[in-house]
Amino acid sequence: MLRLEKVDAYYKELQALWSISLTVNEGEIVALIGPNGAGKTTTLRIISGLHKPASGEISFMNQSISKLPSNKIVELGLSQVPETGKIFTAMSVYENLELGAFMKKARKGKNQSLERVFEIFPRLAERKDQSAGTLSGGERQMLAIGRALMSEPRMLMLDEPSFGLAPILVEHMFETIARINEQGVSILLVEQNVQAALELAHRAYLLENGRIVGEGNGKQLLSFESVRSAYLG
Amino acid sequence: MIESLGQTLAYGILVGALYGLVALGLSLVFGVTKLLNVAHGELIMFGGYLSFWAFSMLGLDPFLTIIFSMVGLALIGVLLYKLVFSWTIKFSEDVKIKNTLLVAFGLSVILQNLALRFWTADERSITASYTGVAFTILGVRFPAVRVISLVVAAVCLIALQLFLKKTYTGKAIRATVQNWEAASLMGIDIHKVYLLSFAIGAALAGAAGTLVAVNYSVMPSMGLEWTMIALVTMVLGGLGNIPGTFIGGLVLGLTESATSFYISSNYRAVAGLVLFLLVLIFRPQGLFGSKEG
Repeated sequence: MLRLEKVDAYYKELQALWSISLTVNEGEIVALIGPNGAGKTTTLRIISGLHKPASGEISFMNQSISKLPSNKIVELGLSQVPETGKIFTAMSVYENLELGAFMKKARKGKNQSLERVFEIFPRLAERKDQSAGTLSGGERQMLAIGRALMSEPRMLMLDEPSFGLAPILVEHMFETIARINEQGVSILLVEQNVQAALELAHRAYLLENGRIVGEGNGKQLLSFESVRSAYLG
Repeated sequence: MIESLGQTLAYGILVGALYGLVALGLSLVFGVTKLLNVAHGELIMFGGYLSFWAFSMLGLDPFLTIIFSMVGLALIGVLLYKLVFSWTIKFSEDVKIKNTLLVAFGLSVILQNLALRFWTADERSITASYTGVAFTILGVRFPAVRVISLVVAAVCLIALQLFLKKTYTGKAIRATVQNWEAASLMGIDIHKVYLLSFAIGAALAGAAGTLVAVNYSVMPSMGLEWTMIALVTMVLGGLGNIPGTFIGGLVLGLTESATSFYISSNYRAVAGLVLFLLVLIFRPQGLFGSKEG
C-alpha cells in the first residue's frame, strides 16, 4: 500500500535519512521505533509531503507521491496525525473536526464521519463547542486523531500518540488505535513507548541515526540486543 | 463644552472607521501570509483612481464606484501575488519579512510612477452631490458623506468576519494562519489560501481607496501616508487581529481628533505616532493582540 524505496532526505546540508526503504501493507499496523533524533518524524514528514526527499521513491496505492504537495497526498487517502501541538487551538473542537473533512470528497460524508469520531472518542462530543485551546493533553491527542479520521483515510500515520499521556490513558490510546485499524485503516505508528508499540504492531522497523537497522515482527525486534538494552532495560 | 466633546468623539469615530478599513486589508494579508506589504498605500491610491474614473466617466454615485475599485483591485492583487509575492512566500519567516519589505518598497515606486503616467500628478477628488449635507443630533454635526463612509467600512468589516467565521473557505484561511503545516495536512491548498487572502486584502484596499477619494483626495504620492496610517492602526489593534485592527482605527481616529481639538491640529499626526510608540514600548502585541490568531 505504502512503499518507500531508498529515500534520502536532508535538512540544509545535514543528511537526516539514509536510503530508507519500508512498506506498509493493506490492513497492517506498522511501528517505526528508535531513539530521539533517529529520523522518525522526518520519515513521516517526507511521506506526507511536508518535507521533500532528495532522492528515492515514495508510492501510495501504486502511485508516486514523492513530488506531490501535502494537500494532494491527503486526497489520496493518506492522512498524518501531527504532534499534538498542531491542533487549531483558536478554534472550537467542532471546527477542528470540520476542517478535517475539508476536502470535497470528505465533506459529503461529514456527518457520518462525525458520528464515527464521536463514537470512538465520546469525550470530543462532550467538548464539541469548547475552544480546542482549553483541552488537556489527552483530549488534544484524541482531537488530532479524530480530525485526521474526518478525511476518511485509507491509511493513518500517527506521530507519538502516547506522548504526554498518563499510563492509564496510554493503554486506552493503543486500544483505540487497534480499533481504528479493525475498521480497515492501515496504520504507520511512530512511538517512543516501544514495548506497547511492538505489542500492538504487526511489523516494526528500527530506525537509528537516519538508517533502518532492524525489521521484523514485534517479537523479533524485541529480541534485538540494541532494542532490549536501549528501551527495555 | 459637552457639545464640543461630543463633536470630538463623533469626528474621531467617523475618521477612525475609515482608518480601520484602510488597515483591514494590510492586517488580513499580514496575518495570513506574513507578507508585510508596504505598497498597501499604493493599492489604496489605485482604488481611489479607479473610483475617480468610474465617477467621472460613468457618472456613478461616488459610493457605488466601490464596485469598480474592489473588483479592479482584487484582479490587481491576483496579478501582483502571482508575479511578485508568490516568489517570496517560500522563504522562512524571518527572511520573508525582510525580502517582502524590499520587494514591496520597489513595487510602491513602480505603482507611483504608473499612476503618474495614467493620471498625472494632479490631485483628484470625488465630490458627491450631497457633499456638505449634514444633520445635527444634540448639537453634534454629522456630515452625510462621513456617515455613509462609516457604514461602508462597518459593512466591509462584518462581511469579512462572517466570511472568516462561517464559510469553509474562511475557516481554511484561519486554519492556515494558526498552523499552515497542519492546514495542508487537512487537504487545504495553502498557496490558494495565500492568493485568495492577498486578493481580498487588495479588494479591501480598493474599498478604502474609494472612501479616501470621497472624503479626502488622491494623488500619485499619497501612498506612503496611508501605508503609515495602516501600519500604525494594525500595530495598535494587534498584528493580524481583524476586529482588533478596526478598533485600533477607532483609537487612532479618536486620539487624532482629541489632539486637533484640545491642542492643535498641527499635532494631529504626531499624536498618532506618539500613541504608536507607547503601544510598541508597553504593549508590543497591540491593544487587543494575542499570541494566537
